Amino acid sequence: MGKRVLLVEDEPNIIEAIRFILSRDGWVVDTHSDGSTAVDTVLSAVPDVLVLDVMLPGKSGFDILRELRGASATADLPILMLTAKGQGRDRELAERYGANRFMTKPFSNSEVLETVNALQAGVTDQA
Amino acid sequence: MARNSLTGSRIRERRMFMGRKQADLARAVGISPSYLNLIEHNRRRIGGKLINDIARELGVEPSALTEGAEAALLDTLREAAADHGGATEELPRLEEFVGRFPGWARLLADTRRRSSELEHSVEILSDRMTHDPFLSTSLHEVISTVTAIRSTATILAETRDIDAEWRDRFHRNMAEDSARLAESAEALVRYLDEASSTDVTGSTPQEELDNWLKAQDFHIAELERALPLEPETLINRAGELKSTAAKALARGFLERYLKDAGHMPLKTFGQAAVDSGFDPAALATRYGVDLAAVFRRLASLPAGDVGGEIGLVSCDGSGTLTFRKPVDDFPLPRYSAACALWPLYMALSRPMSPVRRVVEMGGRSRRLFVTYAVCQPSQPAGFDGPPVLEAAMLILPLEITQMVDAAAELEVGTSCRICPRPACAARREPSIMAEAF
Repeated sequence: MGKRVLLVEDEPNIIEAIRFILSRDGWVVDTHSDGSTAVDTVLSAVPDVLVLDVMLPGKSGFDILRELRGASATADLPILMLTAKGQGRDRELAERYGANRFMTKPFSNSEVLETVNALQAGVTDQA
Repeated sequence: MARNSLTGSRIRERRMFMGRKQADLARAVGISPSYLNLIEHNRRRIGGKLINDIARELGVEPSALTEGAEAALLDTLREAAADHGGATEELPRLEEFVGRFPGWARLLADTRRRSSELEHSVEILSDRMTHDPFLSTSLHEVISTVTAIRSTATILAETRDIDAEWRDRFHRNMAEDSARLAESAEALVRYLDEASSTDVTGSTPQEELDNWLKAQDFHIAELERALPLEPETLINRAGELKSTAAKALARGFLERYLKDAGHMPLKTFGQAAVDSGFDPAALATRYGVDLAAVFRRLASLPAGDVGGEIGLVSCDGSGTLTFRKPVDDFPLPRYSAACALWPLYMALSRPMSPVRRVVEMGGRSRRLFVTYAVCQPSQPAGFDGPPVLEAAMLILPLEITQMVDAAAELEVGTSCRICPRPACAARREPSIMAEAF
């Protein structure tokens, strides 16, 4: 049985790179780029781990996070938030809305890989 | 205004500080209460024995009344002391300090002024950093591209057995992303460059225009000639107008000025203004223009031609001051909101109904002014568009009007923080002056 990760991100070349590194580690990688339909996509097939960007077209990553935490199927889904905005307010919001991990761009590949694996293994304490 | 012309105000202030009645003091020095009242409003000169008698009655040196310290200096120092524990305790000795160490006092006031200007600049700059949509979009673009490049480059550097097709694809992505990065970095540099060259002082466009107008004494001689200069030429010549936004504000101002000057030519208007005792209604009728146009025109007259400085403030529907021409003893707030009791706001709350009030400005001088205010709506976006309000208030020193003997109908201030009126119905925040008076 494959481990499934869903990557919600709108930057095609970032998608490509992350897909490559996670695939090589044995992950099945699905991607989604539209914020407004992201919640439906997650709920229709809940992945093992969700990687969620903050700045998305259509709907902000924070709103998506909040909605997912409100739904019973995804209340405990391991979620890694990605943001391009420093550590301040975004990190605080991510924590408040219930993200398991938080990572600022530009991240390193190994960091992403380690974090996604840790989330799957159930190590969900804050980075 | 010369220093010693405020002697009357100092007498009044000191008397009120001691809680003495005007009639009581008048009797003690052997003059009538109405004469003392004229003195206290700076309408009669006073000297010699009388000043010595009054000083003795008030328990001060005569020089404290005749020379005093400049009101503005004291106000600035009082403001500086407001948030400072030690200084607040010594506020009662402020006059003494200024009297004994005028140089140090001035240095302190200048430093204080400079630091509030700088604070204001920092506020503007940090506001720009946080809310500037261009800046945050550009930065986001840069970070996103850098992220993609870093990730892709790491894959290429660290994956030994990568197959040719993937390798070519990642190379292509990198080339694409680096071109994008170069572009957005360049745009960012260009933007920051422009921002730093236009706004070195961190001042707002409105302040740039204000400073320039102040330097012209609010009278634009080049637009008064038979063949006036083009506003654009004037703007390009004005070194003070640096930012594009300030130039746009100046363009609006000058075009309106030119129109006003055309309708109310300087040659006849100055004399007509003096003859009518600066009655805006009479002038509006005579020249076939609206009241606000007369206000603007009066405020553009050279002080020398009309026997005194004429002030003007305008605000938009939100009450934000959009034009400031101050007069002596009627200071206009620079950053904070103005006094809610100004007839300007009375007019704003009932468009098209003109307001005239004789007001007494709080503070040290307590001078009287005749103010005329009117608010006019306009429909720049067409008949069904939102009405845009503009209110204006003309500020005339009582002496130059025909109402010289009028009494104050309304007591106003500049802005709550520096206003000494303890029991003001419209107070918005506590005054820092209360204890001092």
